[in-house]
Amino acid sequence: MNETTERVLNKLLDQHRREQGNLISLLQRIQDTFGHIAEEYVDWFAEKLDVPASKFFGVITFYPKFRTRPMGKNTITVCCGAACHIKGADKLLDAAKEALGLTGDEDTTKDLAFTLQKATCIGACSVAPVVILNKQVHSAMDPVKVTKLVKGYEREEFLGYL
Amino acid sequence: MANDSIEIKVCLGTSGSAAGGEEVLRLFKHHVQEQGVEARVGRRCSPSKVGCRGFCSKDVLVDVILDGSKTTYQLVTPNMVERIVLEHVIDGKPIAEWTVKEEYASFHAKQHKIVLGPCGEIDPESIDDYIAMRGYRAARKAITQMKPEEVIGQVITSGLRGRGGSGFGTGEKWRVCRGAPGDVKYAVCNIGEVNRPLAEGNPHAIIEGLLVGGYAIGAAKGFLYIRERYHRSVERLSIALEQARERGFVGRNIFGTGFDFEMEFSFGTEAFICGEETALMESIEGKRAMPRVRPPFPAYAGLWGRPTVINNAETFSNIPLIIGMGGEWFSKIGTATSKGTKVFTLSGKVRNNGLVEIPMGMPFREIVYGIGGGIEGDKTLKGIQVGGPSGGIIPTSMLDMGLDYEHLARVGSIVGSGGMVVFDEDDCIVNVAKFYLEFLQRESCGKCVPCRIGTKRMSELLTKITEGKGEENDLRTMERLAGVMATTSLCGLGRTAPNPFLTSFNHFRDEYLAHIREKKCPAGVCTALITFSVLAEKCKACGLCKRACPAGAITGAPKQPHVIDPEKCVKCGACYRACKFKAIKKA
Repeated sequence: MNETTERVLNKLLDQHRREQGNLISLLQRIQDTFGHIAEEYVDWFAEKLDVPASKFFGVITFYPKFRTRPMGKNTITVCCGAACHIKGADKLLDAAKEALGLTGDEDTTKDLAFTLQKATCIGACSVAPVVILNKQVHSAMDPVKVTKLVKGYEREEFLGYL
Repeated sequence: MANDSIEIKVCLGTSGSAAGGEEVLRLFKHHVQEQGVEARVGRRCSPSKVGCRGFCSKDVLVDVILDGSKTTYQLVTPNMVERIVLEHVIDGKPIAEWTVKEEYASFHAKQHKIVLGPCGEIDPESIDDYIAMRGYRAARKAITQMKPEEVIGQVITSGLRGRGGSGFGTGEKWRVCRGAPGDVKYAVCNIGEVNRPLAEGNPHAIIEGLLVGGYAIGAAKGFLYIRERYHRSVERLSIALEQARERGFVGRNIFGTGFDFEMEFSFGTEAFICGEETALMESIEGKRAMPRVRPPFPAYAGLWGRPTVINNAETFSNIPLIIGMGGEWFSKIGTATSKGTKVFTLSGKVRNNGLVEIPMGMPFREIVYGIGGGIEGDKTLKGIQVGGPSGGIIPTSMLDMGLDYEHLARVGSIVGSGGMVVFDEDDCIVNVAKFYLEFLQRESCGKCVPCRIGTKRMSELLTKITEGKGEENDLRTMERLAGVMATTSLCGLGRTAPNPFLTSFNHFRDEYLAHIREKKCPAGVCTALITFSVLAEKCKACGLCKRACPAGAITGAPKQPHVIDPEKCVKCGACYRACKFKAIKKA
């Protein structure tokens, strides 16, 4: 681990101690800072706080939002709740995967431009199916629109109205 | 809000903003200024944002209120704004072809909006708008004029029951917590996905409700537990909380009575189990969200072992109304045992998708055909899923049943959080049950065996059936599993997890048997059980299907009926959708 990283970790540790935060808030802070939670960070904190690393991993693997792998710059989330499911969410997922060139269980493009995620229900059922690009919700989507959304965003090109 | 001012209200709920509401609002502001509207008509005119008013399928919705008469425009796009400003706002002539049609009226006619009332009327980021419609008066009344016991008494009189899961009496829960020994107590408001419209349309009602709840049980601190990913809800609630704090409604010495109440956010994560109250508390404490064994109940030993009351945002949103109007008034809405209204999103294959609030006990037929406007594309209704993933599927034969706690319990479902998904003839019930069980299996926390292994085995068996490998014995195995899970699981998630299978199997037995005995999927959904073929007499050899096929499975010379090679076909249905002559048969 290099010096800069260690300095950042020390800062997070101070903040954590000062605010008497809990494990979730600490992990959230690590993820907000680095984009993901690498094993070495966990080991570092485990030692400093004298909390077994297994406790950390217990929480990390429990909540889908915590990631141990790097995250892409942009996040595209396909809602897979019930209302979206019956309106073809799986087809949107396939379209997004294809547009991003992801295979197998990959969720992030090699250039770290995009991460593809599934959401359970985001509560926008009345405009299903929905796709969320970063923070913007896109309603009543279909595979063609998803392809345009992803490809157009990536290359910052105009590929027709959404 | 003077009476002679012109109001322009742009819907900026989740759906309104997804449809481009932000840009529409920006353009309204731009054109109002550009055209010098205020100077030309001599009245104040300020376009503002409002929360969701329900009719989401026609967003962006815009209200123009001129001389007290309200005109609502639907499907507003940025390029329509200038004409609305010029012709309607300035010249006073509404543009008839862009206004809402009859379905907007029929969608709202049968609803009873008390909780959702202010959503779509007020600017959710303005505490003055909320106060102008008598916001925080109920909290003032409760805290300055009523004893905590009297507040609880009103809530008990109202008959309000929890809007989240099991439907436990809210007043009763508060009474127990008030009576529990201990100086430090907590009040928690769970804001789930279905509560987003409330948080985005009228966040102050949630804060006011939680404030009154905190006063009633004797808590000094309240938590707003919300999933971090609901950005807009978090944003609006934070603004509201900040404003409430500035006005002294939250903090020290509230209304000069010496009552202190702090409120803070606790950011949850998107785990379904966090809706279970003991799991939610574990999550606030920073641990894996695994339910605790009860008793002790949270009202005695909750957050950090202290007495805690947890209600969801809809329950809390009802509180200002109950205190303001009286428990007696509230108890007149609804049925004998289910009081008040229920907010839910109406979605799926129904014509009018949207956010709906109805008095408890309204028959499903009225919801689907009256408010929902019937089934999309004149297809046939098959069933209605109520109560979220662990709710149940109501068949068409029970359409005249009312939506309330008792009736739903009787058919093995729950009122739940409030999603209602409508299925039509094109939806396969076995596939739907499999979808829900797979979801519940992923979301099971893994603490207790019946839920962890039961959901796994059930989703495996359902998958087996949808793949055409099911045997009749599997159905008996699942029924037995369901019984064990329902009786021995630790928390509500496991106990209700078999509901999607049990209710669908009880009402749609034939569909299950068709999958098992005839290896057919009547709705044509389960890919392993369907085949695509070309109807030679209808095929015009246009080649559309051939081009659409991603697997190169379709061959055919010009002017010759095309043929699908079943070996190569991946059953994606692209040809079926591409064909303009209905020449592709799905069976």
